Amino acid sequence: MPTRKKKKPKLAVFKFASCDGCQLSLLDCEDELLLLADAVRIASFAEASSGVLRGPYDISLVEGSITTLHDVERIREVRAQSRVLVTIGACATAGGVQALRNFRDVKEFARIVYARPEYIDTLATSTPIADHVKVDYELRGCPIDKRQLLAVLSALLSDRKPSIASHSVCVQCKLRGNVCVMVAHGTPCLGPVTHAGCGALCPTYHRGCYGCFGPAETTHTGGLEWALVAAGASHEDIARTYATFNAAAPPFRRAQEEQLVQIRPKEGGRG
Amino acid sequence: MPVVLAAADLDALVQALAGRGYRVLGPVARDGAIVIDDVRRAADLPIGLEDVQGPGRYRLERREHDAFFAFTVGPHSWKQTFHVPVERLFQIRRQQDGFSVIPDAAPRQRVALLGARACEIHAIAIQDRILIHGEHPDPRYAARRSDVFVVAVNCRRAGNTCFCASMGTGPRAERGFDLALTELIEPGEHRFLVEIGSDDGAAVAAELPVRPANPEEIGAAASVSERTAAAMGRRLDTSGLKERLQKNLEHPRWDDVATRCLACGNCTMVCPTCFCTEFEDTTDLAGETAERTKRWESCFTLGFSHVHGGSVRSSIKARYRQWLTHKLAGWHDQFGTSGCVGCGRCITWCPVGIDITEEAAAVGLPKKDG
Repeated sequence: MPTRKKKKPKLAVFKFASCDGCQLSLLDCEDELLLLADAVRIASFAEASSGVLRGPYDISLVEGSITTLHDVERIREVRAQSRVLVTIGACATAGGVQALRNFRDVKEFARIVYARPEYIDTLATSTPIADHVKVDYELRGCPIDKRQLLAVLSALLSDRKPSIASHSVCVQCKLRGNVCVMVAHGTPCLGPVTHAGCGALCPTYHRGCYGCFGPAETTHTGGLEWALVAAGASHEDIARTYATFNAAAPPFRRAQEEQLVQIRPKEGGRG
Repeated sequence: MPVVLAAADLDALVQALAGRGYRVLGPVARDGAIVIDDVRRAADLPIGLEDVQGPGRYRLERREHDAFFAFTVGPHSWKQTFHVPVERLFQIRRQQDGFSVIPDAAPRQRVALLGARACEIHAIAIQDRILIHGEHPDPRYAARRSDVFVVAVNCRRAGNTCFCASMGTGPRAERGFDLALTELIEPGEHRFLVEIGSDDGAAVAAELPVRPANPEEIGAAASVSERTAAAMGRRLDTSGLKERLQKNLEHPRWDDVATRCLACGNCTMVCPTCFCTEFEDTTDLAGETAERTKRWESCFTLGFSHVHGGSVRSSIKARYRQWLTHKLAGWHDQFGTSGCVGCGRCITWCPVGIDITEEAAAVGLPKKDG
């Protein structure tokens, strides 16, 4: 059996609108970091080194969302230089928390926040990478799970298709033997409609899932409303919970709108 | 002949089992529920606790009694003990002249189940039928099942989501145990009627401070089971159910349940008979080692029915219908038994409280508009 090909693949990390937390997951790999450095040539990774190797790249990890015209151009260049493009984190896969601007007037925000708003050159929306270029694999989460990152890199290094489950968080919770926080404690939890990958981190520590991995496959947020309300969550609470890191992911956006519709008449009544 | 063990001497049973080298697993209160974990002494049991269950709801409450087994079944089942959630099967290591396969050692465990309920004993028997005696035996499951001592407990209460009486699986354990306990609580007297179900059971009982049971005690234990049977929270009419379900695959109720079902998979995970698994192969960064892992899978995931071209059951309706009709009808064709033991876990632990008894009954009725 032949050993793996001698030439090490080139790995590059690119950042768009984001907090850097996901690419830091790469440095957080600690035990595996040296193994990874052994297996790939790190061609571009600003958080770790200022040295940059020119493309093309075998694997590109892309963090962040597209929020400027410059981003739109740059992601096309990244795509052109990348054999496999993997988006990492809620910003890159759903637009991130900054996608809340998509539902408001971004010019108004700029006026409130900046002394000289005319210096701000930004798009009206924050959009996921996949809205602009072809994405080969995506890793969800805010931040991503480092075990998933390693699993994907290991698979790509072996020319194997990565296995990334897209079912609910509940499956992982039950595999761990956790007691359901919603059924047994009455804690509102988005686990049933949220994409797995974190290993049911929050419920394991007796907290409700707040959906940072975004919608699971065939999400059914409308069905979950009953349970969240039974657990004491108001429509305002539910709307706010869906309006976080994956606010612009279509199923979560719809879920948020469904809740807002139920709040508005009450507000009208009060006024 | 049944014997009687004073409740104060229950610890003698735990110690007798531990003394024989059994890892004693039983009910323990943790994280607001009764789960299955190690029991080192009788005092570890959830004394005085009762569970209050309903569709999508479970709460533990303390009562003014010192009963050891006043609760019903919790989120865990013995499935975790034998058909474990995640296990590695083998590793493959690269070598200069090829590769070597290193299978994981056959699991060895000597376990005593303390407090298995009648429905759970039936569930274990159903999994045995499939995973030991079926067409595709699982040697690792069989190894885990090979050295097991079962202490059954006859339920004193029926939960709001219990329907074992409808499924003919309880509440009284008739067989499949080494010892069966019925807890008898009367003013000033707290004891267990102990029935002996095997030679091993008789040998353990001989080590305990027991005396022969009198007819009143035997009668009292029978009344406990009768009262529990009469107090079932749910019922399911099983007459002709298989045919009724299989004839109604296009019933509008499937559309209705699909508006509520989240396809989260909780029902299948907590079901003590659901046995489906997924295999996952992984490699390490260096490309030197690969391994294969098996884990529980659910027919509610898209991946479950993924074949070339996509998922066969892409709608939630199709997945719920598959689960319910397989559990209550298809199992009869495939395994000669229902897949449901009436434990009610899928009702309690469904986040939105979908009730299998209600759905099955509704589908089994003729369509309103034809």
